[in-house]
Amino acid sequence: MEDISKLIDKYRGSHGGLIPLLQEAQDQAGYLSRETLEQIAEGMKLSLAKVLGVTTFYSQFHLKPRGKNIIRICMGTACHVRGGASIMAKLEEELGIKTGETTKDLEFTLESVACIGACGLAPVMSINDDIHGKLTPEKIPEILAKYRRQEAV
Amino acid sequence: MKEILVCGGTGCISGDSRLVHDALEQELSRQGLEAEFKLKYTGCHGFCEQGPVILVTPKDNFYCKVAPQDVPNLIHQLKEGKVYDELLYVEPTTNERILTRHDVPFYKKQQRLVLKNCGIIDPENIDDYLSSCGYKSLQKVLKLQPEQVIQEIKTSGLRGRGGGGFPTGTKWDFARKSVADNKYIICNADEGDPGAFMDRSLSEGDPHAVLEGMLIAGYAIGAQEGYIYIRAEYPLAVKRLSIAIEQAKARGYLGKNLLGSKFDFSIKIKQGAGAFVCGEETALMESIQGNRGMPRPRPPYPAVKGLWDRPSNINNVETLANVPVIMEMGSERYAQIGTEKSKGTKIFALTGKVNNTGLAEVPMGITLREVVFDIGGGVSDGKKFKAVQIGGPSGGCLTEEHLDLPIDYDSLLEAGAMMGSGGLVVMDESTCMVELARFFLSFSRHESCGKCTPCREGNTRLLEILQRIVEGNGEMEDLDRLQSLGENIIQSSLCGLGQTAPNPILSTLKYFRQEYELHVKNKVCPAGVCKALLSYKVMEDKCKACGLCKKSCPTEAITGEKKQAHKIDVSKCAQCGVCMEKCPFDAIIRG
Repeated sequence: MEDISKLIDKYRGSHGGLIPLLQEAQDQAGYLSRETLEQIAEGMKLSLAKVLGVTTFYSQFHLKPRGKNIIRICMGTACHVRGGASIMAKLEEELGIKTGETTKDLEFTLESVACIGACGLAPVMSINDDIHGKLTPEKIPEILAKYRRQEAV
Repeated sequence: MKEILVCGGTGCISGDSRLVHDALEQELSRQGLEAEFKLKYTGCHGFCEQGPVILVTPKDNFYCKVAPQDVPNLIHQLKEGKVYDELLYVEPTTNERILTRHDVPFYKKQQRLVLKNCGIIDPENIDDYLSSCGYKSLQKVLKLQPEQVIQEIKTSGLRGRGGGGFPTGTKWDFARKSVADNKYIICNADEGDPGAFMDRSLSEGDPHAVLEGMLIAGYAIGAQEGYIYIRAEYPLAVKRLSIAIEQAKARGYLGKNLLGSKFDFSIKIKQGAGAFVCGEETALMESIQGNRGMPRPRPPYPAVKGLWDRPSNINNVETLANVPVIMEMGSERYAQIGTEKSKGTKIFALTGKVNNTGLAEVPMGITLREVVFDIGGGVSDGKKFKAVQIGGPSGGCLTEEHLDLPIDYDSLLEAGAMMGSGGLVVMDESTCMVELARFFLSFSRHESCGKCTPCREGNTRLLEILQRIVEGNGEMEDLDRLQSLGENIIQSSLCGLGQTAPNPILSTLKYFRQEYELHVKNKVCPAGVCKALLSYKVMEDKCKACGLCKKSCPTEAITGEKKQAHKIDVSKCAQCGVCMEKCPFDAIIRG
């Protein structure tokens, strides 16, 4: 909580500081809790409605805890025509969750995004900051295993 | 000295080009060859399909799909002054190995003006940019009057590369003529169109060119501050632009009294937070100000009242990267490239069912056929060309009859599509145009900010109708409803998102009406995509009872014993099509 007040001090009075403040606050905890938002509203002298309004407008912000590994499956045009939906189905099956959900052990969060901008490699997904391209449903279990292993190390 | 240029664009990085670079570095140092070969980690070369790619100067030998274990052999050949044949590009029709980059068909018809540094310079090193004429245009500009700079841009005929194609010089002129204590230059790097990635590649591969374009624009309109609004989903571009800003500051290309003039300019980066509508200029400004990214009604236009209510000029990355090129080559020479009303080049992101995916910069006026078949190498897997979707969710589709249409802003509009940001997605016979329209509309509806009713409610209704049709519940009147509601939304929406969202429907209705009718009247999806309209059947005379289909069916819908033709239970079938794929005897058909 102390870190949040430092962040608030950094952005207080700055033009347009709310969004970068929310971005940095989320970087710390992985999501924005009700308490954090209340603290930000008070510190920035904004109504909670305004802060919540901005938070829920942008898809980058999350109000619930998220997994250690964030999987973003691309649903852009190029991925769409090259079978992105079958990749999504395989991921949902392997992880036992639906898109937008987080596994119970907080290992993986599965999300869909409009376009990652790596259309040359369609269909693609990103896990954290890594891009995985030219996917087939068969490749999915192996890729997931790699991230599970990393956890164990 | 020879240079080894390893591609460090997002595409090649995902193919482990970093490891290739590191292996090269080690091998060169192990053999003591650092003085002979200069190794560089560059921006995107554009030919993502063949990544990781390497270019070796001075002969421009082009190596594809390079793996770290190829490095010792490659260095061995290079050291001897030879070419490493194994990794050269193979032309798929003739199986011939091609020696140099400019002879590779993907590059042959390109005219790389804006992308000239991408893949050649190290984007994290300002000296590399300077040695390729970097910041020379800025020096030239600072000796001119701002009005002269605007005139140059007007003469060049440059139009906005982000979507609408508004003349850039005119836009600058409006902002120049507005009187205020402060003005802003905004670089729109919120590239959200699914299927477009030229702005990402430019920002990653030649970030200083974007800064130089902003500086020149700032000088021309009389602004001292610039913002780059960039997607947070592009971490590498953010990093390289940030490095470039720091380097430019250190060398005096950003800051006060630039290069001894009276011109001050600074640039800040603002990261977007994931909202497609923020690509719209007024929504983008709201977002920079820390608000929900909702568009404002215009007028007042940004040139009069933009960011923080000050006159602002907003251009996208590719437009700004054109500016130093124009100042360097001269506006009249630039204006000789392209068509009568669309000058210069355009970068297209070529994706979908095409053999050579990647980024291609071509002169305006090139035909679609040249882009898809000569540069793109034709439709992949030997399938038949059906259409291209140009301009993303705001654009439309073009069909076989448009293949010889010279591509420029106006010809595309006439054909019911638009340049958009330049995404070109190729589709073959296995793409369902109704489902494609539904897909784009679900994107636009999801990204609608909700401020104006036509976009918020209208697109929701359009999506419901399309959903009905792909599920087999459509009626013929639905096609007229799509048409009239779509036209209505275009006319009455507040911003560009709503004004273009129905385009994919209207253009597919225009060119593929029969496909819609088949979905509605005959409950058939000719491309075999819409699951609710599919059924699978085993042709008894062809079935050899091998049991492969039975084994692979995820819903256990197939029954049959040895030596007995198998059957599909329609009530259990999930229409996934696995059985058809697996059958070695082509005994399963889709109806």
